Formats: sequence, structure tokens, C-alpha cells
Amino acid sequence: MSRLRETWNTFTEGFIRQTPPLFTALGLCPALAITTSAANGLVMGLSTTAVLVGSAVMALAIRNVVPKQVRIPVYTVGIATMVTVVDFLLEGLLPEIHALLGLFIPLIIVNCIVLGRVEAAFTRMKPMPALGDAFGYGLGFTWALTLIGIIREVMAAGTIFGARVMPVGFTAWQIMRTPPGAFLTMAFLFALIQTVRMQSAKRRDRRAAEQTQAQAA
Amino acid sequence: MKELILLFIGSALVNNFLLARFLGICSFLGVTSQLRAAVSMGVAVTGVMFGASTVSWLLYAYVLDPLGLQYLQYVVFILVIASMVQALEQVIKARMPGLYRAFGIYLPLITTNCAILGVALLVVQNEYNLLSSIVFALGGGAGFTLAMAMMAGLREEFRPREIPHAFRGTGIGLVTAGIMSLAFLAFSGMIPM
Repeated sequence: MSRLRETWNTFTEGFIRQTPPLFTALGLCPALAITTSAANGLVMGLSTTAVLVGSAVMALAIRNVVPKQVRIPVYTVGIATMVTVVDFLLEGLLPEIHALLGLFIPLIIVNCIVLGRVEAAFTRMKPMPALGDAFGYGLGFTWALTLIGIIREVMAAGTIFGARVMPVGFTAWQIMRTPPGAFLTMAFLFALIQTVRMQSAKRRDRRAAEQTQAQAA
Repeated sequence: MKELILLFIGSALVNNFLLARFLGICSFLGVTSQLRAAVSMGVAVTGVMFGASTVSWLLYAYVLDPLGLQYLQYVVFILVIASMVQALEQVIKARMPGLYRAFGIYLPLITTNCAILGVALLVVQNEYNLLSSIVFALGGGAGFTLAMAMMAGLREEFRPREIPHAFRGTGIGLVTAGIMSLAFLAFSGMIPM
């Protein structure tokens, strides 16, 4: 497999096939906590992407000098440093959103998606695929958070990125802004995804059965 | 004294770490299939929360703040937590091998439980004194354990056949959490914010 092909494959894995938190249940804390609006989801996703890509580059740079046994504390400190940088950048550039995201920016340090991808970059991936992987998971997480943010914002305020989309008479569902609204939105999204998966699995089975029948005939 | 009681209730019930702040959702959905394991996990997390927030508070107040190194807090706190979990793991492995097996991968994962780094950062952010930080961490831990126990208690009663296919797995856990969270919203009337 060519290097480019491999990089593309690792990118699409995180971006569309295993996208957290929708298709793999990782990173649920930020997905529930900060998706009260589309803008929050987008900024949170992009911040996570920045940390992820920075940390992957760091992991690739140090993996030949750091002994395997101490890699976890070493790259955790690296991730924490990246997060500190992103935290200060956001505070300077987008102070309002920084205040809304609050605790969840420093909590990127303990985001399982970041830790998992950095571990993969450190232990087994070639440099280009590892970067593709970091961008894929980061941007996948970004679109997923933005989507959840859009759903909750439409129902809680009738707007998307602050622009009105629902008719004037629309009664806002205050519940969607609150914690129970977050849990229920995610629950129904998971149910929807599971239904679609079951349907396509059924279709695949039926096609396979038809094929074996055709072969038998 | 009254303030400390209010702080404890606030941190345990009103702003429950799992149901209102969304900190520690992984273990909330991952380790709640059995009541015993869920409660043990709650107690372990409470212990680490207490230890980590106390040590972090002391380091921040006596080292980072006086030296003007506040920006190092994320790096320092995560190191404190990681070493504390490592120590706890050794103790549990040596003294309670049964529990060690029951926790499995979720024991080292306490390090990446957002509730713990969250509590350490919150006590600094809210500028609590040492006593308030301890009360806040213990309240948070108590609320965490309570929510874990409730979730596991409910899950033990589920009959998988009666759950619609679409909601099996994570879906039904999130619906349950949503309803519990709705109930916990009622606590917000208890404390004037």
C-alpha cells in the first residue's frame, strides 16, 4: 500500500468510520457538557484537534529518545503543555467562548481520544499516517460536536450559530440547554445510529443469503 | 459550619459531578453493571479526589502561586494525579486482589477520569481555602458514589429483552442518566445560588 493511501486510510478512520463520540463512545464528557450551542461545539472540537495534532508531532519527535516504560508520564506532560498553550490562545482570542467552555479546555488533557491517538503515534505508526490519524480523529470529533451543538441549539433557542432558523412562533425547549437535555440528545443519537447499523447489517445478510442461493441454483 | 454543610450538599447533589457537571461519564457508563463494583469504584474515586485535590491545593498555594508559576498548574496537577493512582493501584493489587481483578482496566483509567482533574482545578479556580477544598472534594466524591450506586442499582433491574433494540447498550444508559439528571435538577432549589 502506498504511503499516501495509508495516510488517507488513517485519516478517514477517525474522520468518518470511527468518529468519536458518535461511532465510538469516547470523549463523552465534553460531548455532553459543552454542546449547548453549535459555536461551542466547533471551538471545543478545533481546540481538541490542535492539542491532538501538536501532541502527535511531539510523540513522533521524542519516541526514539524516551524509553517505552516511562512514555505515558512523558507524553502526558507534553499533552498538558499543549493544552496550556491552547488555553492561553483561546483566552486571548475568544474570551467569551473560553469562559463558556471553562473547565473543559484543561480537561482535554484527560480526553481518552487524545491519549489513545498519542499512544498509537508513539508506539506503532509511521509519521505521515500518524499525522493523518491525528487530523482525522480531531476533525471527526469537531464535526460530531458541532452537529450535537446544532441539534441542541435549534431546539433550545431556535438558532444555528446564532442565526434564527425556526419560525417566530417556535417555543424554545429549555430542557435541551440543561444536563438532562444533553443526556437525552445523545441517547437518541446513539439509538438512531444503532438502528441504521442494524438495518444495513440486515440488508447485508439478505444479500449474502441471495448470493448463496444463486450459487446453489 | 453552615457554609461548609451547604458546600458539601452543593457539591454532592446540586452540582453532582456526574449528572450536572458531566465529569467522569466513562466510568459512569462503563463500571455500573454491578452494584458492588460501582460502589467500590465510587469509593476509590472519592479517595483519589480527596488526595489529589489536597496535594494540588497545597502545591498551588505554597509553590506555584508564590513563585508566579500558575501556568504550570495543568502539568503539575496531572502528575500528582497519575502518581496517586499508581500508588493506589499497587495498594489494591497487594491487599485486595479480587477487587483488583473486578476493576480491570478501569483502575489505571482513574487517572483519566475527568472528575479528578476537574475537582483539583475547581478548588483552585473557586479560590477555596484548604478546609473548603477538602469538604468540596469529599462532597463531590459522595455525590459521585451515590450516582454510581443508583445507576448500577437500576441497571441490575433491567431486563435486556424488554429494551428496544435501538437503545441496547449505551443508549439505555444515557436515557437512565437523563432521567436521573432531571430528578437531580430539583435539588437546585435547595441552595440559593
